[in-house]
Formats: sequence, C-alpha cells, structure tokens
Amino acid sequence: MSAAHWRKAMNFTAPSRNWSGGRATAAPRSATTTAATPSTASILQAWRHIGLRHVFVLAAVLLYPWIVPPFFTYQIGGQALTLGLIALSLTFLAGYGGMLSLAQMTVAGIAGYIVAILGVSGTPDISLGWPWWLVVVLAVMGGTLAATFIGWLSVRTEGIYTIMITLAIGMAFFYLAQQNYAIFNGFQGFQKVVPPVVLDTDWRTPIPFYYLALFWALAGYFFVKYLIRAPFGVALQGVRDNARRMSALGYSPVAHRVAAYAVAGVIASIGGVLLVWYNGLITPGSVGTSWMINILIVAVLGGMRHPIGPFIGAVVFVLLQNFAIDLIDRERFNLVIGLVFLVIVLFSPDGLLGWWDRLRDWARRRMADAGAHVRGRGVRGGEWRSVSVSQARPAGRP
Amino acid sequence: MTLLRRWFWVWLFGLPLLALAIWGIVDNERLFFATTLNGLTLAALYFLVASGFTLVFGLLRNVNLAHGSLYLLGAYVGWVVGEWSDSWLLAVAAGFLFAALMGLLLQIGVFRYMHGEDLRQTMATIALSIIAADIALWIWGGQIYQFDPPRWIIGSTALPIVGKFATYRLVLLAMAIVIGLALWWFLARTRVGMMIRAGVDDRAMLSASGVNVQMVFAITFAIGAGLAGFAGVVGGTALSIAPGEDTRYLLASLVVVIVGGMGSVAGAALGAVLVGLAEQFGLAYAPTYGVVFTFVIMALVLAFRPHGILGRGT
Repeated sequence: MSAAHWRKAMNFTAPSRNWSGGRATAAPRSATTTAATPSTASILQAWRHIGLRHVFVLAAVLLYPWIVPPFFTYQIGGQALTLGLIALSLTFLAGYGGMLSLAQMTVAGIAGYIVAILGVSGTPDISLGWPWWLVVVLAVMGGTLAATFIGWLSVRTEGIYTIMITLAIGMAFFYLAQQNYAIFNGFQGFQKVVPPVVLDTDWRTPIPFYYLALFWALAGYFFVKYLIRAPFGVALQGVRDNARRMSALGYSPVAHRVAAYAVAGVIASIGGVLLVWYNGLITPGSVGTSWMINILIVAVLGGMRHPIGPFIGAVVFVLLQNFAIDLIDRERFNLVIGLVFLVIVLFSPDGLLGWWDRLRDWARRRMADAGAHVRGRGVRGGEWRSVSVSQARPAGRP
Repeated sequence: MTLLRRWFWVWLFGLPLLALAIWGIVDNERLFFATTLNGLTLAALYFLVASGFTLVFGLLRNVNLAHGSLYLLGAYVGWVVGEWSDSWLLAVAAGFLFAALMGLLLQIGVFRYMHGEDLRQTMATIALSIIAADIALWIWGGQIYQFDPPRWIIGSTALPIVGKFATYRLVLLAMAIVIGLALWWFLARTRVGMMIRAGVDDRAMLSASGVNVQMVFAITFAIGAGLAGFAGVVGGTALSIAPGEDTRYLLASLVVVIVGGMGSVAGAALGAVLVGLAEQFGLAYAPTYGVVFTFVIMALVLAFRPHGILGRGT
C-alpha cells in the first residue's frame, strides 16, 4: 500500500474512534494525520477525487436538454432521473443497509397521493387545493412517516423475510388505494396533478422539469455519497455486515435500520412528488406490483454498490421501455424487461456496474502482466456478496 | 412463554373479537354465519396455495415468488385440458401435473445453481414471474376464463341458518381439509416426509446420513408447485381465471405464511383461516377497507411474533 493510500485510509477511519455510545456525534477530527491544517487538507482531498470523467458527466447532464429534442428531455431524461431517484432510495437501503425493501414505490406513491389529495387535481370533491409548497412539505413528511412505519414493521425480520413483508405491505396499499373511493378515489385515482407555475416558469414543460429532476437527483446522489462516509452510514454498513458485533459494540442495529428506512423514505418521497408531477396523475396502477418490482429492476440493473447505479439502471430501463418495444411487439415490454432482469440476476449480480468493473479489470490485466493490482474483483465485488451473506444468516444463527 | 402469558394474549385479542362476534350474531344471524362460511372457503383456497409455498420455503429456504405464476399457469393449462377433454377432473390433474413439472424445471434448471443465495433466488423468481405473466397474457389474452365443473357440484345446498350455499364451495372446503390431512400424513408418516422434515431441521445432517438431498428438494418443489397448480384449477372454478390473479394469490400466500409462520404447514392452515375470515368479514361489514383488516393482522403478528404465530425463531 502506498503512503497516499495509507494516509487516506487513516483519514477515513479516524472519526470512527471518536464515536460514543452509538450516537453519531460530530466528533473533532484528529489533526495529527497530516502536516497541513485540517481544513485545507480536507478541501484538497475533496477536490483531488474529482476527475475528468466527473466534469464530463456533469457537463453532459447539464447540456443534455439543449442538444436533444423535447421528447428526450422529458420522456427519457426527466423520467430516468425521477425513477433513478426512487431507485436510489432502494440502493441506499439494500446496498448499504442490507435491507431489500420492495415498498419504496409505495412510499413514493404515498407522497404522490398526498400531493394529489391535499393539492389540486381533476377531482375537486376530494382534493383540498392547498398551496403547493405546503402540500410538497406535507407529502415528503407523510412519505417519510410511512417509510419509518414500514421500516419499524420490517426490521423485526431479516433478509428474504424483509422482501416478503415489504412486498405484502406494498400490495396491501395497492389494494387499499384501489378499493377505497372516499380518500384514494378508487380505480381512477387522480388526474391533472400538475406542478405549479412558480417564478413565471411552467415546471411541466420539458426543460424546467428536467432541471428540477436533475437538481433533486444530484442532491440525492451527493447526499447518499456523503451519508455513506458519515458516521451514520459507516455504522449502518457495520450493521449490514455483522449486526451482532455492532450490537456488542454498543450500537443499536434496530435504530440504525429504522433510521435508514426514514432517510430512504425522504429520498423516495421527493422522487414520488416528482413522479406524480411527471405523470400528471396517480392511480393505483402507479403503486401496483409491477411498479414496485420495476424499481427493484432499475436498482439491480444499474448495480447496488454505488449510488450512480440506480441512475444508470433508470436510463437503461427507460430506453428499453421506449425503444425495445419497437423491435418486437409493442405489448411485450414486460417480456423484454423480465428477460433483461433475469440475465442480469443470473450473470452479473453487480448489475451493469459489475460488468463495467469486469471490463476494466480485464483491460487492465491485458495491459499489465503480473497481478500487481490491489483492487481486484474479490475486493470490489465483495460488497454485494456480503449483503447476501448477511441476509442469508439472520443474527443469532451460527 | 409461560402458560399465563399466553392466556393473557388469547384473552386480550379474543375477548373483543368474541364481543364483536356476539354483536354480529345478534344483529344479523344469517349474514354472520354466511360470512363465516365464505371466509372458511376462501381460507381453504388460500391454504391450498400457501401450503405449497410454505413447504418449499421450509425445506429449501427459498422464497419462490413465482408461486403465483405457477397458480395461474396451472389454471390456464387446466382450462385448456378441460376444454379439450370435457372433463373437469382431468383439468384438475393437468393443472397439478403441469405446475409440478414447472416446479421441477425451476428447481433443476435455476435454483440448484444458486443454492444458499437467497437474494439472487428471490430476484430470479421475480424475473421469471414477470416473464411467465407476460407469456400467459400473450397466449391466453386478457379475457376471463371459467371452468365447466361437473353438474353435481354446481348447484347449491340448503344449510341450517345460512340457507342456500354454493355446493362447490363446500366441496372446496372439504378438499382443503382432505389435502391438509393428506399432507400431514405424508409429512408425518411416510419415509419421504420424514426426510423432508429432517431436511427442514438440518439439511447438512440429512445429507451426511446418506440421503440424496437434491432428490428430496426436487420432490418437495414438485409437490409444492403442484399444489399451486391444483389450487389454480380448483380456485379458478370457484372464482375465475384472469391476468393479475397471480399477484393476488402471491400476496395471499405471503400474508398467510407471514401470519402463520414460515415453513409450517399447520401455520399455513391457521394463517389461511385468519386471513380468509378477515377478508370476508371486511368485505361484508366494511366494504372498502377489507384489505386493511388483513394488513392489521399481519402488522400485529409481526409486532409481537416476528416469525409468525406457529413459526420457530431461526
């Protein structure tokens, strides 16, 4: 390991010494690791990670709507960012918390339903018509509350049980929304749920909506990136890998898991508000099984061990949705997406990111002769595998 | 749990329910008993679907989320055979056999290669269920199919208090009881059943004592899947077959085994009765909130017994 690697590793693990009693307090960073003052050093460190590809990707997503026709801006770009944001919440929960929740679409749907019920819709008998800012705040709060409740119910179980329970909760919400006419307006749901006109901008039009979605997608992405390095995120990954050991160290696995559900709930709720604005409507079909599973597909397709995964998955998903149906029958989209999902599950558990890694490793191995690379597949791919291992064995089993 | 505490819980939930039941009987005797009977017949159907699910889970530790698809495919194939041969009994047999065959293929073709990787298995079954649902939609379209059962079970039977009640539903109830007993006999009294139970308890030990575990897995999977296909035809006769039924019965199986306890056939029966009754009473007394009752039961069970009422902690 080179000196730079070592310093980075020291910096990374230093705050962990200062935690007390499982509470992630803002511990003072020990300033002994580097000669420079901590603030300059950390700023320099932060900037050092920005490579050419980051600048390139950021410029690309910013310039994208000015290059392509409106259909691509709205239908492809806007939808992919919105779905990616919802799937990001699942990536955070599953990739870093080890909890594969299928109810993330339900959380998003609850936020969307709150927007429709409290705000303005085509069903004035039910919709209350409150101002949009209040509605959005309440929607995110309501979605987060629902997510916390779902988390509180499902953290009592582990692994595959979590999938079953969240699936059952999501389906139960779907049937409730479909059968209930007093609140959820039953089968029709709510139409004409449009984003407000703020700052003289109609946020329904392609370019403003794209930038709105992009803003929240970037916010969610950097938030998750920050959180997984923060004490809470590190503790959460500890809980994922070995709950008993974390518990012995004085952390509360249940509290961390429920908190992870709440955090993921915030992200999913924001995505849900954007999604209801994107579609302009919300129906029971938007929270049905197929969409709950589509979010899982998006997250798995991209790969769950980096927060960029869900966005890559969402782009591929939306492109398939719009163009794969041209190759074969228009009705057979589910067949295509099911087969793609199956292929990914069977051949690349790390999703498209895994393929990218494998490709890069292969190219590197071709160039260099001896195995001088520390970052082999075993290390990088291990994250996903550790999820499944920790899920396969609930705590307490040998 | 001590006996005293157990009785405490029984009374805590039992007394209000008893009070509600007495109110229901006094208020409208006929409605109450008809709803009870409806709930029990629905429970019979749920038990048929969920028993296969829980059997497979108990032994293979594999959540087969394609179980609903097996139900639907079994129903469709049974319908085709029924139309072709004009025999309902053949349709039932065909539904069972086809689903069992699909189960075998699943086990041999997919799950054997993912042993112990629960998450991958789960996602693979989700993918397969999407594909199966779309293929079924492709072949059979979106219309609703109805079976043509033999004449003697179509009519209705006069019962005390309830009055006329569809004979077929009573037959369904009887069938579920017979199958439940048969399953119990199979698991408790036969050699293969003994192996399955041993496998549920300790797979490695079973393998070490010279049993071909893969064979036992395949048999269990075939029986579990076959039960789903059987339930497809039997349930499709009571209601109808249409796209979307697969997720409905998947949800039913999930809730039933979560409530009853995963891997336990008796738990599946108990869970099915609870869920079936809750659903029918919800429909009869609070129409648009029926599903909420089911959900509340599930939430309560999870809150107090995370592994289900009869489930054993892992």
